[in-house]
Amino acid sequence: MAGANIKSGIATDTYAKERYWLLLPSWAVLLIFIVVPVAIMMVYSFLTKEFRGGVIWEFSMAAYDQFFFDRGLFGDEPAKIEWTYLNIYWRSIWQAGLATIFSLAIGFPTAYFIATRDAKVRPIWVFLITIPYWVNLLIRTVSMKFLLRDNGPLNSFLQMLEVIEEPLHIINTNLAVQLGLFYSYLPFMVLPIYAAIERYNFSLSEAAADLYASKWQTLRYVILPTVKPGVIAGCILVFVPSMGAFLAPDLLGGAKNFMIGSLIEEQFKGNAGNWPFGAAASMILLTMVLIILMVFSRQQSKAQEA
Amino acid sequence: MKTMLKSITAAVALSVAADAAMAQEEVVVYHWFEYLPQSLIDKFTAETGIKVTMDTYDSNEAMLANLKAGAMGTYDVAVPGDYMVDIMVGEGMLDTIAAGELSNMGNIEDKWVNVSFDDGRKHSIPYQWGSTSFAVNKDVHPGNVHNTDLLFNPPASLSGKINMLDSQGDVMALAALHMGIPQCSNDRAQLKALNAMLQGAKQHWASFNSDTTKDLLVSGDAAVSMIWNGYSAKARAEGANIEYAYPEQGFLVWMDNVVLLKDAPNRANALKFMDFLLVPENIAQVSNYAQYAAGVKNVGPLLGEELRTSPESNPRDGAPAAFVQACDAQTQVVYDQIWTNLKK
Repeated sequence: MAGANIKSGIATDTYAKERYWLLLPSWAVLLIFIVVPVAIMMVYSFLTKEFRGGVIWEFSMAAYDQFFFDRGLFGDEPAKIEWTYLNIYWRSIWQAGLATIFSLAIGFPTAYFIATRDAKVRPIWVFLITIPYWVNLLIRTVSMKFLLRDNGPLNSFLQMLEVIEEPLHIINTNLAVQLGLFYSYLPFMVLPIYAAIERYNFSLSEAAADLYASKWQTLRYVILPTVKPGVIAGCILVFVPSMGAFLAPDLLGGAKNFMIGSLIEEQFKGNAGNWPFGAAASMILLTMVLIILMVFSRQQSKAQEA
Repeated sequence: MKTMLKSITAAVALSVAADAAMAQEEVVVYHWFEYLPQSLIDKFTAETGIKVTMDTYDSNEAMLANLKAGAMGTYDVAVPGDYMVDIMVGEGMLDTIAAGELSNMGNIEDKWVNVSFDDGRKHSIPYQWGSTSFAVNKDVHPGNVHNTDLLFNPPASLSGKINMLDSQGDVMALAALHMGIPQCSNDRAQLKALNAMLQGAKQHWASFNSDTTKDLLVSGDAAVSMIWNGYSAKARAEGANIEYAYPEQGFLVWMDNVVLLKDAPNRANALKFMDFLLVPENIAQVSNYAQYAAGVKNVGPLLGEELRTSPESNPRDGAPAAFVQACDAQTQVVYDQIWTNLKK
């Protein structure tokens, strides 16, 4: 570690003059592709909606009002709390949480397996994990739909083996959505954990074993705390995109229930054409993600202090 | 740093030169997916020397949203459906075709000249028209199919095997026909009843999907699916044992139209493209490809036998037909609410 610090110290001095110039591209990218769009979205969420899409440049809280308050079908009843959108958000969070847990359950052993192979073959295993992801997400999701359907290959195969008599009804259920999300984002779990375990010094495991730690205790008290940053990074990388996903819910879940992603999409691409509401829903999603990330990072820094 | 600047300048100069060399007449088309055969594009380029650049969309609303979000001035022509022409006229997005600018204007069938969404065809020409209804798997339901009950109040044998188009306009319009109430009604009792009816019907539906309706019917995943007539004919051709319904309560007709967009960068070429699509031999190619009807005279004999005689392109006598209407702002808010209730 000390060696690395000295090296980077020299690097800083070498480029001291050009430092700001060299940083400029990354600052420009962050500004143009993150700060500006989010600022536009924020402004739009406080504007008045124009019929059939677009905005009128007048301040309005109508979008947020619509999100949180239910005024009946015709908008003239006394305001109650609107559960519709909160339920959609809760369902999305729940789905994303489950997808994260499944990915972790499969992804951690996979990453551990790869990291413990011979150094020469590790790149091959990583390569194999990434190959399916060269294909477009939409194509993979549609293929999944054909695999899972009532008289599709999966059911035919299981029936041929006489494991089941009647076809399993998976398509258009939450289970199908789960499988879709899990499959879409698994490598985002595997790769960061792999990177963490690869750096892990396995003589620590040997030391634990010498001190009579069981395999479970070694995993729980030695390996996991060391690779925790990788696990947290993997969880965030799976959880955040799962929460905004709409391909899997639409194609595999039958689009019967809005998820956050499809609700927002409907505001821009659907009949509603309610851009301020779409922007407000996005801002609320963004706020939620930020809160979750802050909780994560606070826990992490607490753990480091301890 | 200096060498870098030099090489950048060189690169820019090169690309500018390349652009100039490739400068060619073009027309930029914003179109539905899978709707314009490549052979016809090639024919147009061969005849006129104009290159066709095309982007595609999958719903009228997506097209409108993209144009509103700043794509005006990018495209020369688009192909909106009937009610969307109405909306785009209202938004001031369409250019006017002056009398005499299209030499083949006289080829348009008389019944499609004075249409409700563009009286006298000042902004648009017909592209294709057809109907939206639903198709039923005869193996699962051998009985009469011409009733919207099969979608909204189905027998137990069909419950849970129904796919609806993921399109608010089509579902709500068909629901209004099913209930016998006017489309876009602003009568509160009728809107409440519509909401309740859809809430009750949802338990019978397996999915909302617009893109793979044909495959759902061919694979047997859905026993009933809302579908466009051309897709239904294709599904039948691919072996699905289905019948296309012309319900006694009514079915939906639609017409897609080629419109001249305001601020078209290649206006003259756009007019040539529209004229080209009004030639019977050309538009017949689209019909034979997409399996929908053209709105142009003398196309009939050029169509394939199957298209001329198929039940999907010959509506049953006595079944009423209706265009989807665009609702006013106030009613649309309630429609959105009903749609959200349906999918919450």
